[in-house]
Amino acid sequence: MATAPRFWRQNQSRYNMVGIRCDSCGRNFFPPRAICPVCHRKSVGKMVPVKYKGEGKIFSFTEVHDGLDERASLKPYTVAIVELDEGPKVTGQVIDCEPCDIEIGTRVRSVLRKLSEEGSAGVIHYGYKFVPVKGK
Amino acid sequence: MTMRKVAVIGVGDTKFGELWDASFRDIGIRAGLSAVEDANITAEKIDAVFVGNMSAGRFIEQEHIGALIADYAGLARDHIPATRVEAAGASGGLALRQGYMAIASGLHDIVVVGGAEKMMDVSDVASAFIQSSAADQEWETELGATFPSLHALIARRHMHEHGTTREQLADVAVKNHRHGSMNPKAQFQKEITRDTVIGSLMVSSPLRMFDCAPSSDGAAAVVLCPLDQAKKYTDSAVEIAGTGQASDTLALHHRRDILAFDATRVAAERAFKMAGVAHKDIDVAEVHDNFTISEILAIEDLGFFKKGEGGKATEEGRTSLEGDVAVNTSGGLKARGDPIGATGLAQAVEIVTQLRGKAGKRQVKDASVGLTHNVGGTGATAVVHVFRRF
Repeated sequence: MATAPRFWRQNQSRYNMVGIRCDSCGRNFFPPRAICPVCHRKSVGKMVPVKYKGEGKIFSFTEVHDGLDERASLKPYTVAIVELDEGPKVTGQVIDCEPCDIEIGTRVRSVLRKLSEEGSAGVIHYGYKFVPVKGK
Repeated sequence: MTMRKVAVIGVGDTKFGELWDASFRDIGIRAGLSAVEDANITAEKIDAVFVGNMSAGRFIEQEHIGALIADYAGLARDHIPATRVEAAGASGGLALRQGYMAIASGLHDIVVVGGAEKMMDVSDVASAFIQSSAADQEWETELGATFPSLHALIARRHMHEHGTTREQLADVAVKNHRHGSMNPKAQFQKEITRDTVIGSLMVSSPLRMFDCAPSSDGAAAVVLCPLDQAKKYTDSAVEIAGTGQASDTLALHHRRDILAFDATRVAAERAFKMAGVAHKDIDVAEVHDNFTISEILAIEDLGFFKKGEGGKATEEGRTSLEGDVAVNTSGGLKARGDPIGATGLAQAVEIVTQLRGKAGKRQVKDASVGLTHNVGGTGATAVVHVFRRF
């Protein structure tokens, strides 16, 4: 379980899906990183934050039955790797649907939801989850 | 500077499983002592110790494992260098490589490399949480992924792209339990069927309980020396002919292709090149089957079978004791057990035992070249060693 500052540092990316683009080669990365793994030193100082649309499609998914303790109330829940339209892939939960409603290729969009809480009186952590895009 | 060739002159291990009567230091010393006895050396000969361990800090709230093991091995007065090595599930394999480099470089002549993990002193829930820290804590685990679920994502996609079947995944566990039934040190020594696997509790779809390696206590160790000195100690030395290590993105979602562990492929290429062998020369291999899908990826990435054909090859028995390449004759992580830091060394113990012709009922006939493949996380670290009868 992350403590408040550990989580807070990543809020830009967790709340707003802010990634980073290397201005040397144009590739996108999520979460932000200091150095482009393709351009190496040429990318230093040229990594530019970009807010993604938060839309993409399911690359793979699983229904988690044996989750970690803090998510016990959610079980079973769905976790997917989502391929964002901007290029990067991210891991996140898929909610507001049954596992039978999704398949590899299903369009999804990100929404802000509660990820976890530090006990009954502690800090609540928020971040992105994904919901299927209706009619697509 | 030329490197010296390196040999294994002694091996030792504990039984793997629920070792309630033994502490972390107990199992570490048991394995080390049996390796030292096997090598027929005395304590004064030992120049250095390396210990592979993933998370003693969280499993038993003890860090500083190198000095601890050297101390309880009775070596405190000798003041030898004792170093802990960590790379999640690949900790043991990396410790072996550190020992190899220490001998090859000429720095040391006798090195003991051990691996140990004491997992059963914490609850299943705590253990799962600790194991998930091998993945990216901030961008996988916090978002809902568990360690099994990341492998389930691989399995689902492998089935989607390559047509791997639920039954083929089960066949990995069935084979490894059959091999484990012939290994008196294995955690599980009972054979199972496809139905056992497919009817077991769902963990993270499509992976079920019997697709997953267990939590285990256990330790394993080897003694290394320069190849040209090995005959002084033993007639059954085995050469470490090649070593390769590689890394990749920590998070699974950042990989070039989640269906191939590039770190495995590159580590194998480096080890094969060094040993002057190819995948077709390998008679027996211990690969990192922490999940059934992991063995399918491993036998593809190591080059034994084409990408996408690992499931079919397993179904056809080509990786069984009698197959083209005998994979996980010890029972693998699945049946022998997976005390994380010990696993890479347990693999080495099994291959040396096979190349000595001492593997009993599970002996691969005329085995002369063997391989170990140890993975950390979902493939962010891989280490491959090639062993040759000497």
